[in-house]
Amino acid sequence: MFESKSGILYIAGIGFFALAFVSNALVPWLMYRDIPEKTVAELINPNLRYQFEDLARRYPDSFNATYGTPPGGDAKDDAWWNEKCADALRTGHKLYVGEGCWHCHSQFVRPVSNEEERWGPVSRSVEYQNELQRPVLFGTRRVGPDLCREGGRRSNDWHAVHFFKPESLSQASPMPEYPWFFDGSPDKPNAKGLAIMTYIQWLGSWQESYPYYEAYVPSPVRKPEEIQETE
Amino acid sequence: MTATAITSDTKSHEELVDEKIVKFYLITALIFLTTSMLAGILVALQMIRHNPFAGIELFSPGRWRMVHTNAVAYGFLANGFLGCLHWAIPRLTLQPVANKKLSWFIFAAWQVVVGATAIGILLGEAQGLEWGETPVWIDPLAQVGLLLVAINFMTPIARMKGPMYVSLWYFLAAFVWTFLTYAMGNFIPEYFVSGTSAGAVGGLFIHDLVGLFVTPLGWGLMYYFVPILLKRPIWSHGLSLVGFWGLAFFYPLQGIHHFLYTPIPLFLQYGAIVSTIAVELVVTTVIINFFGSIWGNAGVVRTNLPIRWFYTGMIYYFLTCLQCAFQVTLTFQKVIHFTDWVVGHAHMVMFGVFSMWIMGMMTYLFPRLLGRNWASRSLCEWHYWLSTLGLFVMAADLILLGLFQGWSWAALEPWDASVDFSFPFWVLRVIAGLAMFGGLLAFLTNIWLTFRAAPVTAPVKSGGLLPT
Repeated sequence: MFESKSGILYIAGIGFFALAFVSNALVPWLMYRDIPEKTVAELINPNLRYQFEDLARRYPDSFNATYGTPPGGDAKDDAWWNEKCADALRTGHKLYVGEGCWHCHSQFVRPVSNEEERWGPVSRSVEYQNELQRPVLFGTRRVGPDLCREGGRRSNDWHAVHFFKPESLSQASPMPEYPWFFDGSPDKPNAKGLAIMTYIQWLGSWQESYPYYEAYVPSPVRKPEEIQETE
Repeated sequence: MTATAITSDTKSHEELVDEKIVKFYLITALIFLTTSMLAGILVALQMIRHNPFAGIELFSPGRWRMVHTNAVAYGFLANGFLGCLHWAIPRLTLQPVANKKLSWFIFAAWQVVVGATAIGILLGEAQGLEWGETPVWIDPLAQVGLLLVAINFMTPIARMKGPMYVSLWYFLAAFVWTFLTYAMGNFIPEYFVSGTSAGAVGGLFIHDLVGLFVTPLGWGLMYYFVPILLKRPIWSHGLSLVGFWGLAFFYPLQGIHHFLYTPIPLFLQYGAIVSTIAVELVVTTVIINFFGSIWGNAGVVRTNLPIRWFYTGMIYYFLTCLQCAFQVTLTFQKVIHFTDWVVGHAHMVMFGVFSMWIMGMMTYLFPRLLGRNWASRSLCEWHYWLSTLGLFVMAADLILLGLFQGWSWAALEPWDASVDFSFPFWVLRVIAGLAMFGGLLAFLTNIWLTFRAAPVTAPVKSGGLLPT
């Protein structure tokens, strides 16, 4: 059996592979089958919409050239913004994958090594159950910071300048520059630039702690009743 | 075990082996290795902010990083292994491959797959799966290619009579595993599952690609070439059995160890960790078996270059597996995950072990394929020493740096501090990489000089070398 063709073919070749597939892939698959997978449209939240509309305000020419203008009428406008925002998320995700961003930026916070302090709340399964995690973008290396709590931490202007030439904001950064996200200067992001910024601003926008700031101290101005209590 | 009798109707070497396809596979492998190493150098230069092509879309380091890993896996290792298999399998089974025309079709189709992968990635069409970045529209073609490879090579194994030698166990299993692994990794996380479950499948894919495609083909070829070159049998048949079945059982169970501390259930993470430590014990038996085979005759590494490549690879294999037994524990993971430690580990496996073995096999095969002795012994030596020492420096440099990065991050030092102190290590990595590339250039030069030299009529010398 151990040296025969059929033994090797069926036991090692197929049997052991199947055993590993069942235990390492099928078990988590079945365990999480009840968490519904969100579509891109379902991922849009007010935090993200704010950032997306902010892009329209900051870069009106680029924005209108890419997405056109809202057709007017409040309810209809809302649907229009959501639709364009979903488009931007899909394109941004494709760029994030295609440019290999995920090879230098992870998207999960571990419950160890003080990562909660630096990046924010530890990652949970439900956060990954959506269309933009096909395949999942956990990442395996952090040349640059983790990005799964990045949304809202920095302004769109910051991101535009940083994508155009990272060194101008982060002196020793080994991150490559992405001038093809722009039409010549950081204040003119093109369709790609707008999409990748939307995608980055989406990351973590679903969190209650949004936006997460490292070593953030709540406002030093205390309410009168707090002052009385401590004194 | 009874040997297959060699009778008058046993086919000759010329009838069995299509030497031309072996040569084509090996040369194509070297072209992709050159591409991959240049890509690696580009990314390494970006890390030290000296990228000569900064701001040019087609030279984006993010895209070339994926070309680097894919060209090594599918361009260099796969082509190198296929070339060596076209030599080894017909000679072991005394049966030619299923169809020699099919072999050429597979050769052409595979180069289309690898070339299209590179072009797709450079145009920004990558798939978000590590080592599976092959654009989704190429995946079905690659899958058919792997099926044809399996049919072409499994036919002679099926036709063979008598007991199967160890190498054939590994090959037979590897053809099935590679086909299944590619299908699982490239289709399931893209079309069937998302999120955490997709992470588990993706982890299993990158793991199985090393463990069930590269590793069994590599070891199978070692079991074939080492006894031939040493002119003595493998030390223990029993240990060969332990090595094969231990690898087959424990290796695939470890996929999740690539994503420890993720939201994947912790009991599954523990399972992956335990079976990883188990496989290191299996690895030790294989290493003992091979060192038992050379015991008392180790002096041949001075003169026999292929054997030197093979055993250097085995030492790196032992080191990398030993490292793995530690790094897989949750204690080590806290520090080293996400750091350059992992990059150092990956280079030690892919270059230190499997590339070294392919280089050894090439050093053995090229003189036979070209009908000429190596033109320059000293270029062979340069190739070996630049590769071996370059890799040692690169791996040690990155593994050490990984520890510093991990501790710095855990200590909540500013992110920029970890980038600043990484800089000198990244510079050393460029230098080590250039040394490894220099080794490759020495090899390419040597092949060219050998090709231009006058052919010899006598059989080429043992180990394919000129006397010192």
